[in-house]
Amino acid sequence: MSLANYEEKATDFGNPNWVAYQTIVRTEVRRFTRIWVQTMIPPAITMTLYFIIFGSLIGRRIGDMGGFDYMAYIVPGLIMMSVITNSYANVSSSFFGAKFGKFIEEMLVSPISNQTILLGYVTGGVARAVFVGIIVTILSLFFTHLAIHNILAVISITLLTAVLFSLLGFINGVYAKRFDDVSIVPTFVLTPLTYLGGVFFSIDLLPDFWAGVAQLNPILYVVNAFRFGILGVSDISLGWAYGILVSMTVVAYVIAVRLLANGAGVRS
Amino acid sequence: MSYALEINSLKKTYDNGFEALKGIDLTVEKGDFFALLGPNGAGKSTTIGILCSLVNKSSGSVKVMGYDIDHDFGMAKRHLGVVPQEFNFNQFEKTQNILINTAGYHGIPRAEATPRIEHYLKRLGLWDKRDNPSRALSGGMKRRLLIARALVHQPDLLILDEPTAGVDIELRRGMWDFLTEINNQGTTIILTTHYLEEAEALCRNVSIINHGEIIANSSTRDLLASLHTVTFVCDLAAPIDSVPVIDGYECALPDAMTLEVEVDKGQSLNEVFAALSAHQVSVISMRTKTNRLEELFVSMTSGDSK
Repeated sequence: MSLANYEEKATDFGNPNWVAYQTIVRTEVRRFTRIWVQTMIPPAITMTLYFIIFGSLIGRRIGDMGGFDYMAYIVPGLIMMSVITNSYANVSSSFFGAKFGKFIEEMLVSPISNQTILLGYVTGGVARAVFVGIIVTILSLFFTHLAIHNILAVISITLLTAVLFSLLGFINGVYAKRFDDVSIVPTFVLTPLTYLGGVFFSIDLLPDFWAGVAQLNPILYVVNAFRFGILGVSDISLGWAYGILVSMTVVAYVIAVRLLANGAGVRS
Repeated sequence: MSYALEINSLKKTYDNGFEALKGIDLTVEKGDFFALLGPNGAGKSTTIGILCSLVNKSSGSVKVMGYDIDHDFGMAKRHLGVVPQEFNFNQFEKTQNILINTAGYHGIPRAEATPRIEHYLKRLGLWDKRDNPSRALSGGMKRRLLIARALVHQPDLLILDEPTAGVDIELRRGMWDFLTEINNQGTTIILTTHYLEEAEALCRNVSIINHGEIIANSSTRDLLASLHTVTFVCDLAAPIDSVPVIDGYECALPDAMTLEVEVDKGQSLNEVFAALSAHQVSVISMRTKTNRLEELFVSMTSGDSK
């Protein structure tokens, strides 16, 4: 077989960015499924412990919250916690890993558009978030009964949240110079915001001042909107939650695209 | 004339103020086998980095196969294949998957990419390693994987940044044959190398870059013709105590059995041998001290061009 047999150019195969997008997504999904012990098992164990300790043991003494038993009340927040941490961690670690190993250059020297690269990574993050979210949801069914109140809200909030935090993870990956830089934000920002974002309590329990401060926390909107989808109750208005989430997603997307276009962290 | 590569007034100043390129102009004709030479830090890798958009240029323009890298970004990259100095592939990925992914990034679906990948892996002796993670490959195999990866989208212009660094002689010769083969089939090749023997053997045209400026740019033959002095190393049949004096020639005696003679352009080796015979010095073999291009390169880049 001679080289002359291969005359086709990439343009002969349809939209090259669509093929490139599929390639990035396939690579990303293969990555987190290949290391499933690191990506799937830890959130399953952590959330099971939350269900046992906070839901079953402590929750029994707390009683109802928002009109539901405590276990049912915290399940939506814990599912969202998994979605947030896994979408963020997947993209930040994968993009930083590609930078660190320099194989991000494979994409940079190819004709893929910056938006395709970004969408590929974000889709990978969303895929992992949905995988883990489903695992955690199934585990929660061993502890409580979930009657979904609004399936559209459940799906749309899950996807919006996963997209938003994938984008934020991407921005983190762009700026990260060391492995430590990838874990700083989840440890010192995401986890505290999640705990303070109404996963375990209603902000109605907070004094007025702190309830106002809590509304600056974007995770509050994620958790409450998702809780509305599952249980039909929320501390904040659904429209406001969608507005905040969509706005933040658009801003994060624009920032991420501009960072890629400027070559921040990847081009000298 | 349409060029495979056209660089005009290309400048690059890094954030720390280092001026890596001071406005270079360079053209490479389609089908050429071209060498870009220069000492470390001269600007070769910066130039290549700009071509493949890993380095942002400060000013100037670059066209690949007639496509401007600023305005026809996609088309320029579609025609460009790059073999970098470093192993910049995922060390945990299987050898074959690295090529499948690269093909995908260039818009080539897996089904269409598979026969190409099989061809290149077989041609470069990597087919048996296709399911091995790339980190398990030897250094020479990793170099060949970089070449296969750069070719998987069938570029018209292939740039190789020191492709044979750390590769043993046999493998290097095999790579030369392969590169000559694809050049004969129409692929333009630009090579940077520290093995100047490699550039002299393969490349029809040469450019030398130093301190961010092109200091020589012509055919390899013309460039070598400009070399004024060649040093010959003569292995002697018997030891001698002192350097023989030959009028018009500079001689040195590194050891008792080796004589070095500098021969200027226009001088004759016959005179040297006649003089040596007169001094009762018998020569059993002779070679040039370094290859000719290397001598020229050193003289030009050290600033004492003769």
